[in-house]
Amino acid sequence: MMKGLGGYLLKRVFYMLATLWLIITITFFLMKLLPASPFTNLDKLSKTQVEILYSQYGLDKPVAVQYLIYMRGFAKGDFGVSFQFKNQPVADLLSERVGPSLQLGLQAILFGTLVGIVLGALAAMWQNTWVDALATIVAILGRSIPNFIFAVILQYVFGLRLGILPIAMWKDFSYTILPTLALSMSPMADAARFIRTEMVEVNNSDYIELARAKGMNRFEIALRHGLRNSLIPLITLLGPMAVGLMTGSLVIENIFAVPGIGEQFVKSITTSDYPTIMAVTVLYSAMLVVVILVVDLLYGIVDPRIRVAGEGDK
Amino acid sequence: MGNILEVRDLQISFDTYAGRVRAIRGVGFDLRQGETLAIVGESGSGKSVTSRAIMRLLANNANIDGGHIYFKGDDLLAKSERQMQGVRGKEISMIFQDPMTSLDPTMNIGNQVEESYRKHFRSGKGEASARALELLELVGIPDAKRRMKQYPHQFSGGQRQRIVIANALICDPDILIADEPTTALDVTIQAQILDLMKDIQKKVSTSIIFITHDLGVVANVADRVAVMYAGKIVEIGLTDEIFYDPRHPYTWGLLCSMPTLAASGDRLYSIPGSPPNMLTPPTGDAFHPRNPYALAIDAQEEPPVFRISDTHQVSSWLLDPRAGKVEPPGEIRRRQEWFAAHRAAG
Repeated sequence: MMKGLGGYLLKRVFYMLATLWLIITITFFLMKLLPASPFTNLDKLSKTQVEILYSQYGLDKPVAVQYLIYMRGFAKGDFGVSFQFKNQPVADLLSERVGPSLQLGLQAILFGTLVGIVLGALAAMWQNTWVDALATIVAILGRSIPNFIFAVILQYVFGLRLGILPIAMWKDFSYTILPTLALSMSPMADAARFIRTEMVEVNNSDYIELARAKGMNRFEIALRHGLRNSLIPLITLLGPMAVGLMTGSLVIENIFAVPGIGEQFVKSITTSDYPTIMAVTVLYSAMLVVVILVVDLLYGIVDPRIRVAGEGDK
Repeated sequence: MGNILEVRDLQISFDTYAGRVRAIRGVGFDLRQGETLAIVGESGSGKSVTSRAIMRLLANNANIDGGHIYFKGDDLLAKSERQMQGVRGKEISMIFQDPMTSLDPTMNIGNQVEESYRKHFRSGKGEASARALELLELVGIPDAKRRMKQYPHQFSGGQRQRIVIANALICDPDILIADEPTTALDVTIQAQILDLMKDIQKKVSTSIIFITHDLGVVANVADRVAVMYAGKIVEIGLTDEIFYDPRHPYTWGLLCSMPTLAASGDRLYSIPGSPPNMLTPPTGDAFHPRNPYALAIDAQEEPPVFRISDTHQVSSWLLDPRAGKVEPPGEIRRRQEWFAAHRAAG
């Protein structure tokens, strides 16, 4: 049994590394195809000055050689030095900023899906009643209104009007509440819609009928049988949703002045800060492949039918 | 033996987009302590609806228009949903047709079997587990202790139906309603499950309502048989009375359409026509459009109930003294003669 799971994990990790390598390579060469240069005011410098600059950063060598040098550094955990912030190693630059983004993303996905699941479950339990209608309206609003609109509304209501939460900046937990709320709207809406549909279907299944015939009430049925069976398909949705939140929060980070990674990414591209572009890409892809692995493992926990072969058949 | 359940003049209709469907039109029967009553009929005859009405598990669009279901003296139809939750699973439990979908795929079978025991007796995990193990052994799950930790997909169809039965019996209910429990199983497994049910009934003396469309199954398990047609019981009697002295032309049709060894080689009889549309049930005796023995009055007036014996009642105009003598089909005559001789011989 352990051998089955261990072997499976080993295989998965190998595929993850292969995926990462592919992404790094493709990104590296695509990036070099960009016509822009990392140096502004090139026209004001003399030819020798430009050549010195290029050789100083190793940009005078052929692209293939640059790639090999980058990969050698990468293997040693050296992501290079940022072009934009002089003498700042990219690794340090990102590690300062990855925290807030990760925290925001995780908080938003946890809060959003939890509330969404409850909302969807309630809607399904009282299908075609006012509860259902209300949950549907909330889901539609959450899905169709962009999160930066929510952000502004939240800032106005809680920050300006009620004055109970900080409008922006990043200091303690209270500073994370509003951006988390703004970010969690769309996962909440997605989860609510999804769980409702799933649970309505599950509620028509024979095992729910059997649970009723055992004398269980609505809540017991929903908690013990309904939710678990409805969650399985949601997990599929959860992976891409989580990555989207952890990486796509650029606008929210800007509105709330969160020192996150999203802002850094955009800046690095506009300034052709090659090492930063590479590092952020690697970081995002690493998150993605890890999340996908976690989702696959979660499946096995929720649904005994898709546990790794060998388990349970001892 | 006393009656554990008395159904009186039950009337149930369903609201559909096409209109109101009168699914049950005055069903009444008794269920005695410890007996097996089979309810037999074609699809749409109302047998499943009757059983669901006893559990009060009807669909949302169902209306109970009248009647009473007395269980140990209390009218189940007058109970609140909360009170019914205390009855379901504990005093009356039910098993369903398809064991492949009757179990929650995400919960191990030990937990599923224990579930209603823990709920109804507010017992701890240990006690419920011990009881579940006892039941799983009773229904013949080999190596039950270990297999309690397994999930439904790790069991075969026949084993799953055994588990469903264990589910239903864990609280030692007074009544077990089995809604076509063998229909989805293949024939050899069917026989095993039927044997199991008979066996268990001897041990725990539960009364069973056995819903089926398969008369062959009925002959094996039932003490009494009720034949339903178009939302009514048209004939009810002891199993022998139904099989060897049937009086209703619909029962004749059902029996003649059963394959027998004696009639092998012949073309199997089938009742002409199809079950009536209950949106607009036929006037009079609902069976008359398909009845080769129909009288003129069958189209006009519903037949009263005629008592053949204390246990045998039939609702058909053929039994009215004013109706001429009708010869039943050959197969039925053979049965009646054999039975008469058998009875004379003691």
